[in-house]
Amino acid sequence: MKRYSVFAIAREAMRQHAGWPRAWASPTPKAKYDVVIVGAGGHGLATAYYLGKNFGITNVAVIEKGWLGGGNTGRNTTIIRSNYLQDPSAAIYEKSRSLYETMSQDLNYNVMFSPRGVIMLAQTHHEVRGYQRTAHANALQGVKTEFISPARVKQLVPIMNIDGPRYPVLGGLWQARGGTARHDAVAWGYARACSDMGMDIIQQCEVTNVLTDGGKVTGVETSKGKILCDKLGGVVAGHSSALAEMAGFQLPMESVALQALVSEPIKPCMDVVVMANTVHGYMSQSDKGEMVIGGGTDGYNNYTQRGSFHHIEETVRALIETFPMISRLKMLRQWGGIVDVTGDRSPILTKTPVEGMFMNCGWGTGGFKAIPGSGWAMAELMANGHSPLTEEFSMNRFRAGKFIDESVAAGVAH
Amino acid sequence: MLTLECPYCSIQADETELHAGGEAHLKRETVGSLDNDFEDYLFMRENPKGVHFERWRHVAGCGKWFHAARCTMTLEVFGTYSAQTLAPPKDLREKISTKRPGWTWRAFS
Ligand SMILES: Cc1cc2nc3c(=O)[nH]c(=O)nc-3n(C[C@H](O)[C@H](O)[C@H](O)COP(=O)(O)OP(=O)(O)OC[C@H]3O[C@@H](n4cnc5c(N)ncnc54)[C@H](O)[C@@H]3O)c2cc1C
Ligand SMILES: [Zn+2]
Repeated sequence: MKRYSVFAIAREAMRQHAGWPRAWASPTPKAKYDVVIVGAGGHGLATAYYLGKNFGITNVAVIEKGWLGGGNTGRNTTIIRSNYLQDPSAAIYEKSRSLYETMSQDLNYNVMFSPRGVIMLAQTHHEVRGYQRTAHANALQGVKTEFISPARVKQLVPIMNIDGPRYPVLGGLWQARGGTARHDAVAWGYARACSDMGMDIIQQCEVTNVLTDGGKVTGVETSKGKILCDKLGGVVAGHSSALAEMAGFQLPMESVALQALVSEPIKPCMDVVVMANTVHGYMSQSDKGEMVIGGGTDGYNNYTQRGSFHHIEETVRALIETFPMISRLKMLRQWGGIVDVTGDRSPILTKTPVEGMFMNCGWGTGGFKAIPGSGWAMAELMANGHSPLTEEFSMNRFRAGKFIDESVAAGVAH
Repeated sequence: MLTLECPYCSIQADETELHAGGEAHLKRETVGSLDNDFEDYLFMRENPKGVHFERWRHVAGCGKWFHAARCTMTLEVFGTYSAQTLAPPKDLREKISTKRPGWTWRAFS
């Protein structure tokens, strides 16, 4: 792999940029791999990367039905934070956030991690108590957050109207090292590093069946033929139920549409991420100047990557009260992704009833922030059969009643 | 916008008038049920890419619950029917069969 550096840019500038190699190869699939990962989103690619980096397993294929990063990884609003309530969540999300800090250097790929800070607004007394509790929990978990006053919120976000008539700002949960990153770059960076380790990333190849023999996985049937493997990792987000069905089991999961939108670009006006969970809206400003806005999910199962327009209306209506200046902005574009929501709103990283098959799913509306930590943990689970980070996220927790209830901490989609 | 006909009011109701209530025809478990059955009832969900049966409520109308049959891949609505039944009516199942030959959903087809 040719390393990217300021010298490489200078060198290429002198020769019309003719010397850049392809970032990753597009090989034809081999007959058999040690590990096959289904889904080349961030989580699938990160899983493959850490299998190679941490465990030396490089005879790996990542199989993607569309193009890499074309699922939710390329459709999200890129908020990164780790201020969750429950200990298992704090552990995996904070591992993830800390890996983001050094990801660009680690991958030699600029993922534009921007730890600009994330505020979650408290706009009801209930939320004030909830976030104070989260701040205390975070202190015990070693996650740096603090509960801040309305005056501090106003200081951080001057464009905010903190004494709105219906939902005044009563404070906020502030994580100074939360922020955003470039979503496509995360997928591309991992893909380039995986390809460099000799892994095969096979795009435009749909997995249509899971092959088993005596309860053990032996491979997959794909649109490019049969591909055998010793271990299989299903990392397909909104399509997890479909993949599980191919393998003969069911997941506690439903797939729904989540939408986002961006405004026309404007001059820099807000340099932190703001989430307003009571009114179901959140906003940040991209480097291009667009206001990036997201809201709630649709209420019904959907695989179309299109959501209902009234959700966009509700989100924008809610945000206008808190950010009056955006009322005159034009919407530039809007899109949707299919997110995989579990019964307790927490992810599933698990062994399955099929020996040798693992699932990493259920990140729902908030798994971009989790990509490196999830890949790290999933690689450990697949290589060793267990990982301290995934223990509590097993699919059996629903039968045991051991939920990881984050629906309060993550009441809005992000 | 999704539009469903309320089988009680017989009007075409917009999605904003309705509330989605999740998977249809769940069998309620109660005291004495096994853990596995509780898990199925409370958490395991049909999540097909295709024909799906759901409960909906006409919240901003008559307030009643009803059932709907939809395709989650195209958002096509096959029909709606009363809440007072344990299975989709036969004529609706036949209608779906002409549009999606070979469909299955739990024990129904
Ligand atoms: C609008 C929106 C906003 C969001 N905002 C945030 C946010 O601000 N912060 C945050 O942390 N998270 C956010 N999320 C959630 C986040 O995007 C996801 O949790 C995360 O990207 C999931 O990554 P993934 O790799 O698991 O899935 P994906 O990126 O969806 O990758 C799964 C891949 O599997 C492929 N696949 C599926 N079936 C098959 C098959 N049979 N064969 C082969 N390939 C298959 C798909 O094509 C897809 O590329 C948001 C999501 C959406 C939709
Ligand atoms: Zn009605």
